[in-house]
Amino acid sequence: MDPRPAADADLAARLAVDLDGSFETLVLEHQDRLFTIAHRIGGDRSDAEELVQDTFVRAYRAMDGYPPDRIRELRLRGWLTTILLNAGRNRSRVRRVSTVELVFDPGSEPTADPLTRRDERETWARLLAGLSPAQRTAVVLRHVDGLSYAEIAEAVGRPEGTVKAHVHRGLAALRDALVAAERQPEGLRAEEITA
Amino acid sequence: MTVHPNPDIDPSAAEAAALAGLRETAPPELAHSTLVAVGLADDYALIDTPIGALRVAWNGRGVSAVESAVDDMAFEARFHARTGRRARRRDSLPADLARKIERRLAGDRHNRIDLDLRGASEFERAVWMKALEIPRGEVRPYGWIAAEIGRPKAVRAVGTALGHNPVPLIVPCHRVVRSDGLIGQYSLGGPENKRTILSAEGADPDELEELARAGIRFLGSDTTRIYCLPTCHDARRVTERHKQEFRSAGAAAAAGYRPCLHCRPMAAAIA
Repeated sequence: MDPRPAADADLAARLAVDLDGSFETLVLEHQDRLFTIAHRIGGDRSDAEELVQDTFVRAYRAMDGYPPDRIRELRLRGWLTTILLNAGRNRSRVRRVSTVELVFDPGSEPTADPLTRRDERETWARLLAGLSPAQRTAVVLRHVDGLSYAEIAEAVGRPEGTVKAHVHRGLAALRDALVAAERQPEGLRAEEITA
Repeated sequence: MTVHPNPDIDPSAAEAAALAGLRETAPPELAHSTLVAVGLADDYALIDTPIGALRVAWNGRGVSAVESAVDDMAFEARFHARTGRRARRRDSLPADLARKIERRLAGDRHNRIDLDLRGASEFERAVWMKALEIPRGEVRPYGWIAAEIGRPKAVRAVGTALGHNPVPLIVPCHRVVRSDGLIGQYSLGGPENKRTILSAEGADPDELEELARAGIRFLGSDTTRIYCLPTCHDARRVTERHKQEFRSAGAAAAAGYRPCLHCRPMAAAIA
């Protein structure tokens, strides 16, 4: 059974036949989620924008060199995520930016769920930014983006059990931090949360 | 200490909604910029040249168009018809590209400008690459290009290929003139523009046509006994006293002159 979302399998098949003609669809279908991951895991919006563009360029060049059969078999969601995380790691290494020291940035207005209030969103974004990089990555990929544990394990190159542990501990830390934040609603800063 | 968490512990509905609420929309420019980076769309901006403002388009593979369209809409329509790609107007060229083009137009042939020539035939590429070798301030006949790329009979096809040059000025097709020495046609707004650019580069089109009308195709030096095309750098250093005029390569050879190794006038003579 093909574990891929139907849209991904279909798009991979089209990319295999006509990379240039279908690449824009790939960008349009995956840019929001990749931007979300880059921004929520890594840093400010302009860094995230650059990183996502870099990810697509790497993906294009890779596919340009692949035989059609290999493109057809790609699990695009996970594959693009892997490229994004690798490119992000290389960047932080180059710039010597610690991914722990996040500058808090609430991000754009939510479009997905109008019921989520802006201040609630800011709170969650801030709490998420306070997690350790491994936990933050796992929580973002599982619960913000919605990847499966298997997809995350492949993307981060760690065993599925480890990923589950990171998600679990990350959620627990978020709950603790939320309780603390509700007790002390003002002046809370990301670096004060210990995950 | 190893903790084995219960994998069944999932966020509550409220927590799941809050986390899903952190999804974002990519910035509006991201998709186009990405397509430009891989060469599936283009950006363009205006540059100032001796023949006025021109539109220059580029993408991640290189410069893809230089045009003298009347306005953005006309440019975008023509660009799309030729390449099948969208072009988006920007305020200016990327700084390094602007600098490179400026240096190229000032005569520096050794600073590399990447060109996106997808869709061109092998023959067209060969013609354009050969035109790139012609120094600023000099001209070569169509027949010279044809002979130099090993297709001495394809003079007319050379003219057609130069007319299709998508990046005029950067690939200096204005430095290629008719085999009879007259200045000839120009794709970037007509022959007057060609004369203007050549003048700006230090070649005198009136003088060239005067020589051509007098039937003089080569100039030699009676001290070196070498003959050249009239605009060759070497020919222009010859003082009036030592200058010899020839109507054909045969006449130069008969007078005991050998062809210049720089401008290779034999190629022009064959055609």
